[in-house]
Amino acid sequence: MADPVDLEICIPNCTRQGLAVQDRLISLMESFEYSVRDVFAMRLSLEEAITNAIRHGNRQDPDKQVHVICRVDEIRIEVIVTDQGEGFNPEDVPDPTLEEFIERPSGRGLMLMRAYLSVCEYSEGGRRITMVRERNSPLPILED
Amino acid sequence: MSKDRRIDIEDINGVTVARLLEKKILDEANIEALGQELFALVDKDGRRKVILDFTHVEYLSSAALGKLITMHKKMMTAKGKLVLCCIRKEIHEVFRITQIDKILKLCGTLDDALGMF
Repeated sequence: MADPVDLEICIPNCTRQGLAVQDRLISLMESFEYSVRDVFAMRLSLEEAITNAIRHGNRQDPDKQVHVICRVDEIRIEVIVTDQGEGFNPEDVPDPTLEEFIERPSGRGLMLMRAYLSVCEYSEGGRRITMVRERNSPLPILED
Repeated sequence: MSKDRRIDIEDINGVTVARLLEKKILDEANIEALGQELFALVDKDGRRKVILDFTHVEYLSSAALGKLITMHKKMMTAKGKLVLCCIRKEIHEVFRITQIDKILKLCGTLDDALGMF
């Protein structure tokens, strides 16, 4: 069994840098031969978490940074993304599938992460998100 | 025409087929540019029958979903029709999770989509 790989990266508050981090973590998953489905789930979740950190957490402030910690092994990938913003309460984010919100163009990122991840937990007052995807996870579960 | 366009346009029997060219609709700048190109189909060109062909799309984020919803609303306001087709399974799941499949018209093949007009 291959040894776990740990990464710690601090990026400027820039979505291009966020994409570069995504590519690096996805390459790691591929080196551990995760499935296309697992990779899709994690890339989508990384995009949402890092974009949220840059846009909503750090409010596009170029002087702030986003901190990313990752551990990949044969069983799962865990990523922790931390911003330097004021935080938020995830419970305040409305359900985007409700009739009054369904046609809103924003507010679906958190819902997607929750659907695809085994663990999707905010801490540090909403400044930190911990994301875990298990290998060959059945998520997302969709009702017929 | 810009070299950096995000969609390829074809007219088939009076219906505009817009093929999304990016595999990954993730980057914020790309999504913004894609939105502008899509909205111009309705606002600038006055097109009222539009199919979005997702053949090439492997990833898209919630920000991209936002542009599709805005496009849908623009088309509804203009009393036009918007249909999406050739959507791979993973992307279809994203539409289902967010329940956007309830407001957007999704079809299997391009022929299926053309048959909606």
